[in-house]
Amino acid sequence: MLDDFLTRALLAGLAVAFATGPLGCFVVWRRMAYFGDATAHAAILGVALALGFQISIFLGTMVIALMMAMIVSVLAGRGWAMDTTLGVLAHSALAFGLVAVSFLPAVRVDLSAYLFGDILAVSRFDLAVILSGAGLVLALILWRWSALLTATLSEDLAHASGIDPGRERLVLTLALAVVVAVALKIVGALLIAALLIIPAAAARNLARSPEEMGIAAVVIGCLSVWGGLQLSLVHDTPSGPSIVVVAALVFLVSTLGAVLVARLRQRFGASG
Amino acid sequence: MSLIAARGLALRYGTRRVLHDIDFVIERGEIVTIVGPNGSGKTSFLRALLGVVAPSGGRIMRAAGLRVGYVPQQLHIDPGLPLPVARFLSLPVRMTPQAMADVLARVGVPEVMAQNMTTLSGGQFQRVLLARALLARPDILMLDEPTSGLDQPGVASFYRLIEDVRRETGCAVLSVSHDLHVVMSASDRVICINGHICCEGAPHVVRAAPEYRALFGLGTGGALALYQHDHDHDHEEHAPHAG
Repeated sequence: MLDDFLTRALLAGLAVAFATGPLGCFVVWRRMAYFGDATAHAAILGVALALGFQISIFLGTMVIALMMAMIVSVLAGRGWAMDTTLGVLAHSALAFGLVAVSFLPAVRVDLSAYLFGDILAVSRFDLAVILSGAGLVLALILWRWSALLTATLSEDLAHASGIDPGRERLVLTLALAVVVAVALKIVGALLIAALLIIPAAAARNLARSPEEMGIAAVVIGCLSVWGGLQLSLVHDTPSGPSIVVVAALVFLVSTLGAVLVARLRQRFGASG
Repeated sequence: MSLIAARGLALRYGTRRVLHDIDFVIERGEIVTIVGPNGSGKTSFLRALLGVVAPSGGRIMRAAGLRVGYVPQQLHIDPGLPLPVARFLSLPVRMTPQAMADVLARVGVPEVMAQNMTTLSGGQFQRVLLARALLARPDILMLDEPTSGLDQPGVASFYRLIEDVRRETGCAVLSVSHDLHVVMSASDRVICINGHICCEGAPHVVRAAPEYRALFGLGTGGALALYQHDHDHDHEEHAPHAG
């Protein structure tokens, strides 16, 4: 069954959706959208270094993504103006990565695979790495769920409940780096943040509790992966952007649906 | 032994000295109120006692296994986070529906259990924060300007509630206020802080103290009395629900 490249692609995509769903919720709740972008863009630098030093792409991107996430985390803690800092870091990391790749001698590097993803080229080994990486992130978030939620709500409340918000921030930083490394193959560096944010944002319209939102984000992520894959197969569109396009459409529908429901409630009153 | 004690506590943010030479003790069941003008370091003091910020000097000792119920001054909930009251009460430890219903009834908002936190009125929100703090069965309640968003009858009934809770559970209460006029009349001690402890004592003693007068000025010329709340009637708004 795993011999079929389509099966592998679908499994890899679904696995990533299971990790990005709940993690994406925290990215939304903590307003870390740009943070996710910076970390993901740094992945290209990781790719360049991995190719240059001939180490695993997964390892290279994860290490660089982790370093970027740590730097941002530390600077945020020191009160730097975050959107400027992130803007500088995100685009610099991307630019340095692109320049670094061009220095690699005589290697035929298909950069677009790393920028936009290449889900149909997922090998058995890739699949194993993606499954374990995504599984690790999902397990980490489920394990820390309540503590993460408390720390997200208020660091002071967390402290009073005996939770160290710094440790929870580290958990998220680590999870983000792992997700960037495993999602690179699926949607590419430019669109990893989209896979985190769009399903979670769409889920917000449907959910009445944090748990519902996490589950809905996973479902929407899975739907997007499946739909994007179909789109990519039938119309020969790039796989990563196709997945994000489907996610964006789901977001649009769920947002319009929420507005419509609110209007109807208003018109027919709370008595209905 | 005392619940929390601080010796020679000092706190700096960068080069700015926020607190210095603070000696402080709170005993089991005691009601202590900290007053100070804005920027006097009173919230920082509370956060240091909570363990949120590390002191730059001195020591803080907490009783072993101390359970703290913390009511923050305000709590911003991101609109992206759907959070029903019941879920909020169960953070981080799961509570039974019965325990949650009981505590909501105790603080006077039994009807909000299924509501989203962002739909609560200021008074309801403050009571839900208190309810969550009480669920931890605290040895000490720490309240940071807990009534800042409430009108005067709201303040009075909130403080009456705190007094009742203290009587029932025997927990200590440490609250912070920028206004001595709305300090709980039941306070055993008031501590006036402005970087250091200016003066402390019973509420009427502090009000008369020259240090307090120097800090808060004499502008009111004694026109404002210490806030005394009436027990004979209740102004609290309980807007009837439509439908």
